[in-house]
Amino acid sequence: MTATAAPPGAVAAAAPAARNPWAIAARRLWRNRIAMASLLLFALIVIVSLAAPLYAHDVAHVNPFAVNLNGITVVGGHTVPIMQQGGGVLKLGETPIGPTWDPGHYLLGADNLGRDVMARLLYGGRSSLEIGIGSALICCVIATVVALIAGFFGGMTDALLSRLMDLIWAFPVYLLAISISTVLLTSSGGLQIGPVHLVAGSMWLPTLIIAFIYVPYVYRPVRGQVLSVVNREYVQASVAQGASNLRLIFSEILPNVVTVVIVLFPLMIATNILTESALSFLSIGVQPPNASWGTIINDGQQLLYTRPWVSIAPGIMIVLTVLSLNVLGDGVRDALDPRAKLR
Amino acid sequence: MIGFVARRTLWTALVMFVITVLVFVIFFKIPGVDPARSLAGRNPSPQVLQEIRHQFGLDRPFPVQYLIMMKKLFITRDLVSYSNQGQLVVPEIAAATPATLSLVFGAAVIWVLLAIAMGVAAAVLRGTWLDPLLMILALIGISMPVFWLGEVANLITQAKLHQTFLFSWVPPLGYTPLSQNPLLWFEGLIIPWITLSILYIGLYARVLRGSLIETGNEDYVRTARAKGISERQVLLRHTLRTSMISFVSLFGLDFGVLVGGGALLTEVVFDIHGVGYLTYQSLSNLDLPVIMATVVYGAFFIVLANTLVDVGYAWLDPRVRIS
Repeated sequence: MTATAAPPGAVAAAAPAARNPWAIAARRLWRNRIAMASLLLFALIVIVSLAAPLYAHDVAHVNPFAVNLNGITVVGGHTVPIMQQGGGVLKLGETPIGPTWDPGHYLLGADNLGRDVMARLLYGGRSSLEIGIGSALICCVIATVVALIAGFFGGMTDALLSRLMDLIWAFPVYLLAISISTVLLTSSGGLQIGPVHLVAGSMWLPTLIIAFIYVPYVYRPVRGQVLSVVNREYVQASVAQGASNLRLIFSEILPNVVTVVIVLFPLMIATNILTESALSFLSIGVQPPNASWGTIINDGQQLLYTRPWVSIAPGIMIVLTVLSLNVLGDGVRDALDPRAKLR
Repeated sequence: MIGFVARRTLWTALVMFVITVLVFVIFFKIPGVDPARSLAGRNPSPQVLQEIRHQFGLDRPFPVQYLIMMKKLFITRDLVSYSNQGQLVVPEIAAATPATLSLVFGAAVIWVLLAIAMGVAAAVLRGTWLDPLLMILALIGISMPVFWLGEVANLITQAKLHQTFLFSWVPPLGYTPLSQNPLLWFEGLIIPWITLSILYIGLYARVLRGSLIETGNEDYVRTARAKGISERQVLLRHTLRTSMISFVSLFGLDFGVLVGGGALLTEVVFDIHGVGYLTYQSLSNLDLPVIMATVVYGAFFIVLANTLVDVGYAWLDPRVRIS
């Protein structure tokens, strides 16, 4: 698999040089300007989010997880308190400072606890992306393994596994996630599976819950693809050569179903980021003091009319991330399966 | 057809049974979770814990516990909320249902009409710059978290532009029952309806466009064109009609999910006290009896809706009955 992308100057006449289907797909994706632009946008969001500690320590000089009600900052050369008396519309109580548009001093203002919103936004992006990508990975791996087993062995195995998946899918996604999350969060001990212990505030809980609820969604198309290749001639040829079941599954069938998973992967990250933000908004996803885009929108709910940027900024980040992944997913599908474009 | 309905009904019953078992396992049997403590809400007294253990038969065998729970949910319907002074849970859910139905019905009307308009327009205008523009708009609609969109809508209609003629008609957040004041019911729901429908407009417009283009390549459509039927008639009588089959089945599923609890986020943002809002309130009080009841009733509604859709689908399309 030498899936190297063609140089930007490559013209259509040179196309026959690339025989490898992966190279052809990669080239097709490379030529799709909109898909490449969205990949660039997504990469940019990832890089910026990874740089969160750098921003917090070296640019903003804040601790985005500590309560900071007595803090001060500098705006236009004057020292001002972060929590301002009688700010906002009603001129009552304390209101956090609004956006200063100065990277060193509370660029997007502060939240109800006086914490730097910009720094939290970057850290929140890290959590959202980690959970989105992590759960998509776990979900796709589990779904693919189950689909390979069901499709390869067929018969009773297939019937049982497929019915099980149907049952999980019959359960509404959000209600399932809400039930599991509430129970795990109310128990002080977190989740105990054998030797593995996950504390209630662990990021692994939302990651695993989201991965679990979407397994049937990925399972269905992958199993369909396994069924369509399992009786092909090249698989039978391998059987005739005396290949073991494991070898058949991993060397003959898996490479021919993996495109389905690759097409679904960016879309699953997008779906999972949206699900994570919804759970966190309902305060049953990422737990304080950690932040994710969903929790920041939740924090900003009380400040909506006085300091709208606290809620608006993480929403914009979610829209940009999910949109770029959706466009990229469409591009990957078109590149791997040109016939799909007709549909 | 009768055989199909019988099989489908059996499957529905099985799914409902498994859902109750699954909910029971999640709420009572997850390792490391004390169900009495979970059910009791925040900081329970030892007496309350003792009472719950006795009432739910937590010292008795597993199947007995399950049966007691089901009896409390469906037969005696006397499950109480310990966080909320012994409020009966099931009547509380019934009282919240009209608000949820109002929200979802209105949104459904908007999203079906606009999605058909947008999907048809994009398919007809394929090849012009309007098609990609419409599809990008649809993608943006799909990519927005609904609770954030709702907050932005509130910011615009309740604060920034509320003083101007544009949005001065928008009443404060909340729900007015239809029987109490129809005009206020309508005005208060317009913004929530639009907010909830945007995601589905994008989703359905994309699906409809794809399906229209796909059926446009079918032989019978070519035959229709060869007969000399106008493009308008081809669209209305052939392609759109076929594409509506998948559209309608998708609609049934999403409608079920929204009534069954999926409208939760919209209800929270707009302060509409429906079933989803009830679930949300119980989340912040850790009021597990209410969450358990809303989850089971919501899931049941969704499963029923799915069954109805499948039966309707089989009635429309005989190929489905056999497979």
